[in-house]
Amino acid sequence: MTSTSLTLEGCGRTFPGGQVALHPLDLTVAAGETLVLLGPSGCGKTTTLRIISGLESPDAGGRVRFGERDVTALPIEKRDVGMVFQHYALFPNMNVADNITYGLRIKGLSRDTIRQRLDEVMAMVDLQGFGARRIHELSGGQKQRVALARAIAVRPKILLFDEPLAALDAKLRDRLRLEIGQLLRKLGITAVYVTHDQAEAMALGDRIAVMQAGRIAQLATPREIYHRPTSIFVADFIGAVNRLEVHATLADGLLRVSGGELRAPHLAGAAAVYCRPEDIQIAADGNADVRGKVRQSLFLGQSQRLLVDLGDNACLQVETASRRRWRTEDPIGLRLPPEALFHPERHAYPTKELEANHA
Amino acid sequence: MNRLRFYLQLGFTLWVCLFMIVPVIMSVMAGLTTNYFVGLESGLTLRWVQEVWALYADTIWLSIRLALACLCFTVLLGVPAAYGLLRSKRRWANAMEEALLLPVAIPGLATALALLLAYGHMRGFRESWLFILIGHVLFTLPFMIRPVLAVMRGARLAELEEAAASLGAGFRQRFLGVVVPNCVGGILAGALMVVTLSIGEFNITWMLHTPLNKTLPVGLADSYASMRLEIGSAYTLLFLAMTLPLLVVIQWAGRVANRSRTP
Repeated sequence: MTSTSLTLEGCGRTFPGGQVALHPLDLTVAAGETLVLLGPSGCGKTTTLRIISGLESPDAGGRVRFGERDVTALPIEKRDVGMVFQHYALFPNMNVADNITYGLRIKGLSRDTIRQRLDEVMAMVDLQGFGARRIHELSGGQKQRVALARAIAVRPKILLFDEPLAALDAKLRDRLRLEIGQLLRKLGITAVYVTHDQAEAMALGDRIAVMQAGRIAQLATPREIYHRPTSIFVADFIGAVNRLEVHATLADGLLRVSGGELRAPHLAGAAAVYCRPEDIQIAADGNADVRGKVRQSLFLGQSQRLLVDLGDNACLQVETASRRRWRTEDPIGLRLPPEALFHPERHAYPTKELEANHA
Repeated sequence: MNRLRFYLQLGFTLWVCLFMIVPVIMSVMAGLTTNYFVGLESGLTLRWVQEVWALYADTIWLSIRLALACLCFTVLLGVPAAYGLLRSKRRWANAMEEALLLPVAIPGLATALALLLAYGHMRGFRESWLFILIGHVLFTLPFMIRPVLAVMRGARLAELEEAAASLGAGFRQRFLGVVVPNCVGGILAGALMVVTLSIGEFNITWMLHTPLNKTLPVGLADSYASMRLEIGSAYTLLFLAMTLPLLVVIQWAGRVANRSRTP
């Protein structure tokens, strides 16, 4: 499939009541790239998707381009997009095959082409033999595959996903996420994927745009977003993050915090440091940076999460292997390696050498 | 306690039957007995039914024609109207729905009188069956719009339409290919009401009919008023024979449609 790049220029959206759903936004998605719009509800991600699809128009001045072509004035049916909805939006009056071929019939393609295209996409989504099934006979996962097949059957320029897995249970969601990822890579199609699920965003996005209150808070690769978040909102929205107040910056790049001292030359002068629970290591007394007591342990199966009290109301969440048993009040020593410490708003991250050390 | 409740329920059911079913049976029997005042010993006969058929067959055909024409019009007007209401602002939609109900709330005689005052002078129109048809459509339209609208509101129609649009379907294709097929259940439920109400409608029709344009209920009133009781009763019998199969067919169609599209 030939893919098209997508450009939004100054696309904002103000609702009739004056409420701003989306502040003017510039965005480019390269041909063949998958961009995930991630954020809590009401952050403007769905509005952005609807502007790209043509279901909504941007405020005056906004422009939507598919490749070189300005499609701002075109309604959705003239834009050549494929769309997958949260609640599938399959036509209950048609069987699986008729749903998938609906767009092809609308385009007036020949019978043979339709037949051939149907077999092709049914194989792609692993639904061979389901053509004659009625929609209400399908499971949620199968429904979403039919919806996916229906969207790609018309060979759209851009594929749009509106929280397609939100209505499915966890196990199925994981599997379908994997399948969608493979399919997107195989098709090499430009895709925009809206979700509020960070795991989905990480797994599927070539880049992720984390959105907050109608703006893009950060637009970067999943790795960058996770390890170098540029705002506390992003750090907090993706995964869990600890914030530890710094009481004083000492000599030699040492920071005094509750329960001990941390080595973090790149954070000299910061009022706080941030780190992810899984980057904290449990250390023997001699090696520990900070010491505290276990206040709570949460067994998660593949790991356990400890809440460690460092005194002065300072707490750290620590993710560690699940075999060792921790009890409340157990004393514990923790090592917070310098490469795990960062401060989003100061844009202070470990240097490349520090990260290399860690590896 | 349970026993008492059972007997109370049974009593209530029998009491309802007394008023719903017994009169119908009496009426049917009256239409089949040779002499109602003598009673069943006078013997059973089809004479009265034949007589009614000879006298009033045309009223039966007119009623069926009216009901079917009325059904066509209410579908053609009601489905787009329901769609319009679905898409318009809630406040306006509610006001419109209430306005549409007015012909049901206002006595049929008043509606008919208003029609006569406004268009009675157009003689060709006034004397044709189409004049009665207009009265029927006015009266039955809300019974089509309401169930269709209810089904539309429950069917995630907006999302289905967006999906169809994303696949390249224009408005006409979406409306005929997605909207209408997905409210068939509502249309059939409405059809049942419309046909039933149109066939039985008396108030408006009585005011609007001409000697050449009598419907079944008007003919029935006529026969009860001017002929033997047996003839009127035989008429009721024919009425039942004509309408029951029609209603059963529509009910059955509704069930089939619902079964094939329950999510």
